[in-house]
Amino acid sequence: MKIRDLALMSALAIAVAACETGPSSTDDDSMSSGKDAYGFAAGSQEDLTVTAGDRVFYGFDMYNLTPEGEATIAREAEWLAKYPNSTVTVAGHCDERGTKEYNLGLGMRRATTHKNGLVGSGVDAGRIAVISYGKEDPIVEGSSEEAYAQNRVTIVTLN
Amino acid sequence: MDQDGANHKFLTDGKNLVITPRFSPVGPEITYMAFQGYKKNLEAQVYLMNLLTGTKQPLGKFKGMTYSPRFTPDGKKVIFSQTRSQGTSSLYEMDPHTHQLMQITNSIGIDTSPCHSPDGRQIVFNSDRGGKRQLYVMNSDGSQPERISFGEGIYATPVWSPRGDFIAFTKMHKGRFYIGVMRPDGSGERLLTEGFVLEGPTWAPNGRLILYTRITPSDRHGRGGTSKLYAIDLTGKIEFLLPTPGNASDGAWSPIDYR
Repeated sequence: MKIRDLALMSALAIAVAACETGPSSTDDDSMSSGKDAYGFAAGSQEDLTVTAGDRVFYGFDMYNLTPEGEATIAREAEWLAKYPNSTVTVAGHCDERGTKEYNLGLGMRRATTHKNGLVGSGVDAGRIAVISYGKEDPIVEGSSEEAYAQNRVTIVTLN
Repeated sequence: MDQDGANHKFLTDGKNLVITPRFSPVGPEITYMAFQGYKKNLEAQVYLMNLLTGTKQPLGKFKGMTYSPRFTPDGKKVIFSQTRSQGTSSLYEMDPHTHQLMQITNSIGIDTSPCHSPDGRQIVFNSDRGGKRQLYVMNSDGSQPERISFGEGIYATPVWSPRGDFIAFTKMHKGRFYIGVMRPDGSGERLLTEGFVLEGPTWAPNGRLILYTRITPSDRHGRGGTSKLYAIDLTGKIEFLLPTPGNASDGAWSPIDYR
């Protein structure tokens, strides 16, 4: 988990650094060079994370999409349309302020909401697997509202 | 481990995330939920383990994720939650030997934490079918579900006392967690203890002592938080920590000593 957090942080750090100078190449160039505007391999998990966004966040005890979540899903669907052979797993997570069993169910509702959003944006349902970790695998450690907000999430991972 | 926390023994190798172990009331078996693999090809299913041989096997093959397992009082079947294609969870029952599957509920929400009455005739469970999470009691075939929790806050993890006289539960209200008991008809609600995050009450075979998980908050680096097993008696006056080698959760009381 720690390693995954570090990987994400470095991806974000690079995304910020790239934004300061502005992406130098167009999408077409990136496709032909095999790299995206941020230097990640086109079609890679890092590419998905920085160009579309890999996660959608939820309110406490909620599984409905916010406008930001809908926008992320629209970008993900666009990204997946560019790589039609890719398949993904959407994993649902919850914060620690709930009971284990119910949170497994809640994480699946969130993952399914995310999946249905992608399907509604044209992604073939057969490309998307769903799973729930409930509150068993928090993304961020700590018992703060800040951590909880990061942990009420669904994350898209390329298979 | 023993009831005083001594002589613990690890049953699984720690490679996979394993939660909610529960003893069979009649044989040397436990049922639990485990994650196998990580992210890719991840399986999250209910398993059975024979405590004498150490043999583990999935309860069955299912389309959805299965969780929240518990044996029926005769030990012949396992009742559990299974997720459906629209993200909801309903209750099912399976005979592990014949693999015969019976659907008990068909929920528009999340039905989970099922537990039979000691006579096997009724099931208490947790559901958000009415909006907020509440406790419901129904016949063991799934008919006539009736809500029994009507207090403030939300309710979860109901467990029927082996004596049949009380149902223990977790309650969440205004940011605090409580362990409480009520009569099977929902009357006489009493909160026994409270804390930051408490959950998962389980009864001692005598029906007078309850084991539960108590979690304390961690700092922003994830440090300092603990998860420990505590016992409390029905009066709420006697409460004590069960020493465990590290953090612990999801205690369960065995009907006899299998070691």
